[in-house]
Amino acid sequence: MAVKDRVPMREQDPKVRIKNFDEVALGYTEEEAILEASRCLQCPNPTCVAGCPVHVRIPEFIKAITERKFEEAYKIITSTNSLPAVCGRVCPQEEQCEKNCILNRIGKPIAIGRLERFVADYALQNNIEEEVKPEKKNKKVAIIGSGPAGLTCAGDLLKMGYDVTIFEALHALGGVLTYGIPEFRLPKRIVEAEIERLKKLGAKVETNVVVGKTVTIDELMEEEGFEAVFIGTGAGLPRFMGIPGENLNGVYSANEFLTRINLMKAYKFPEYDTPIAVGKRVAVIGGGNVAMDAARSALRLEGVEEVIVVYRRSKEEMPARAEEIEHAIEEGIKFEFLANPIRINGTEDGWVKSMDVIRMKLGEPDSSGRRRPIEIPGSQFTMEVDTVIMALGTSPNRLIPSTTKDIQVQKWGGIITDEDGRTSRPGVFAGGDAVTGAATVILAMGAGKKAAKAIDEYLRSKGE
Amino acid sequence: MFKILEKRELAPSIKLFVIEAPLVAKKARPGQFVMLRIKEGGERIPLTIADYNSENGTVTIVFQEVGKTTRELGTLEAGDYIQDFVGPLGVPVEFPNHKKVLGIGGGLGIAPLYPKLKMLHQQGVEVVSIIGARTAELLILEEEIKAVSDRMYICTDDGSKGRHGFVTVVLKELLEQGEKFDEIIIIGPPILMKIGSEITKPYGIPTMVSLNPIMVDGTGMCGGCRVTVDGEIKFACVDGPAFDGHKVDFDELIKRLATYKEEEKISLERFNEVHECKLINKIEGVDKDAVK
Repeated sequence: MAVKDRVPMREQDPKVRIKNFDEVALGYTEEEAILEASRCLQCPNPTCVAGCPVHVRIPEFIKAITERKFEEAYKIITSTNSLPAVCGRVCPQEEQCEKNCILNRIGKPIAIGRLERFVADYALQNNIEEEVKPEKKNKKVAIIGSGPAGLTCAGDLLKMGYDVTIFEALHALGGVLTYGIPEFRLPKRIVEAEIERLKKLGAKVETNVVVGKTVTIDELMEEEGFEAVFIGTGAGLPRFMGIPGENLNGVYSANEFLTRINLMKAYKFPEYDTPIAVGKRVAVIGGGNVAMDAARSALRLEGVEEVIVVYRRSKEEMPARAEEIEHAIEEGIKFEFLANPIRINGTEDGWVKSMDVIRMKLGEPDSSGRRRPIEIPGSQFTMEVDTVIMALGTSPNRLIPSTTKDIQVQKWGGIITDEDGRTSRPGVFAGGDAVTGAATVILAMGAGKKAAKAIDEYLRSKGE
Repeated sequence: MFKILEKRELAPSIKLFVIEAPLVAKKARPGQFVMLRIKEGGERIPLTIADYNSENGTVTIVFQEVGKTTRELGTLEAGDYIQDFVGPLGVPVEFPNHKKVLGIGGGLGIAPLYPKLKMLHQQGVEVVSIIGARTAELLILEEEIKAVSDRMYICTDDGSKGRHGFVTVVLKELLEQGEKFDEIIIIGPPILMKIGSEITKPYGIPTMVSLNPIMVDGTGMCGGCRVTVDGEIKFACVDGPAFDGHKVDFDELIKRLATYKEEEKISLERFNEVHECKLINKIEGVDKDAVK
């Protein structure tokens, strides 16, 4: 038996896929999934589970796959994970479950993410539903924000029998899953299907409600009868560099660029009404997953000839997932490492014409453990570009803390909580990027899960 | 879904809707705006709240048909629904301790000016207003502004009503005559707000403008609406839309507003073709969609 090699997953040919927004990775067939699952050694003390922030019972669901019991595998996964079709696609498994797999010692780890995705897709295609009929608890919980943290928290609370209402500022649910991560990595029909499952479990949904503006948390608790609130509002405030020329036409934050493309479907303009304006040469500034998403999205737009990622450190320090960097390279994205923009130059009419960039070298490691980039004096050069996308990270919006009584925040805007998501105010919990700053989908889900448990404890202790 | 309760045509191409939106109406304050999306596949556009009634749960918006979305919006009637309507967004304006204020509205800018003057009037502040339009029939909300003003001036570019010329002509006169105001509010096309702010600056009178950059989400998550105020980047949707007119980089705003000029044209032409076809089909009694 081929223990060493994992079963490869079929993908769209790079030459074809750069002309569409369809999913790149095509998923396993039943036979492929069974073959891959059979590589699992079924450790009695599995180390993989500890690497998963929501503790999916990995060997158990994999065993069910080998026995062709896909429905059972789905029930095992969803007993701890509310969004398996999403996690199987976007989790950095190489740093979590798969990193801990014992097979790493002799070859490649089990493709846990691909197997989870296979099971979840199988369940969605075959309309398999969770059998959850919890005893109804007549207690209302409000979830603010419908990203991964909020959806997970809502899912767990629904399974416990709580009366859950999700409030979302945008017109569509999903947070970063909907507006941030592109279709070619995470099809929106998958996100919609996962959300439909939550609705079937009884989730109530209020879109177009900006908590802090349309209604406040104090009003929800004092007037609307919500006994607990979970804040999962993320970190959606984009950062800019503060360099000259940043307000020229053709300079986008990655958030704006991706929102226009993913949420508003600007790549289908004029069939859809929202436009997007890109030139022939696009520069994306940054080295994270968002930078990869923006670069690969830009490449797929009509008229774009070249996309260059400009990153101030080297390839080794890039925070983006290895798989996404590989995909970007396959698709023909170019990279300018150890370079940092210092000025964007414009035309008379106010459009981007070029960008002045300075060379960097790496110094001592900084607080994040990565080597600090230092400018090399006199190494300035000019890149001819007509679109610039800033993917420098995001920070939490201060709207909720500034309009809610007794919520303490960090200097940089993150909501202060204990390990289980309790804020300084009784009954109000928080998790995900709103607490940690921009992190990963699965960490947000882990935080939503912990908070659901803490909310349950809090409401039980309050008694009837 | 949000129901259109009332529709009024204020001028050719300028329409007023009263929308049923109780949550927005309850919280709305002068200076705030909403984002709306007509239907699936539509774009999100910002519109200033022109009036609100928290008891009836209604919000009034006024829009001019300038492109695809506003034209399509104009085809809706009372009883129809708008898919998404979110707000109130932006920072409400406040005028503590003012005794006398001058309000200037140009064209569609008269609509967002109205709730501010109404609030000032209710606070007992002396309100002087100057409203203007290209021509008499494009002048909107004249009665409403008059009702909340102690004194009102009307201007038209072609002289068809009131003073002949821009609103800034009267502004200059009042200031030259030595009339004093605690604050001047100017709302209208960016060029009017720019010139108006330049006129008031030497007099040292605080001047408030309401900016209208391109917006997508309207909640501070994208920065599409960023403007430079006093050398710093601000997001008009969360830090504004009202700003100190003496500190705004209007030239940058005007250039940024032209970002999608080409796309806007394409979208409108496409809408006109489809819309015209539908109208012709209706008139001829052949609804091709129905035949399919």
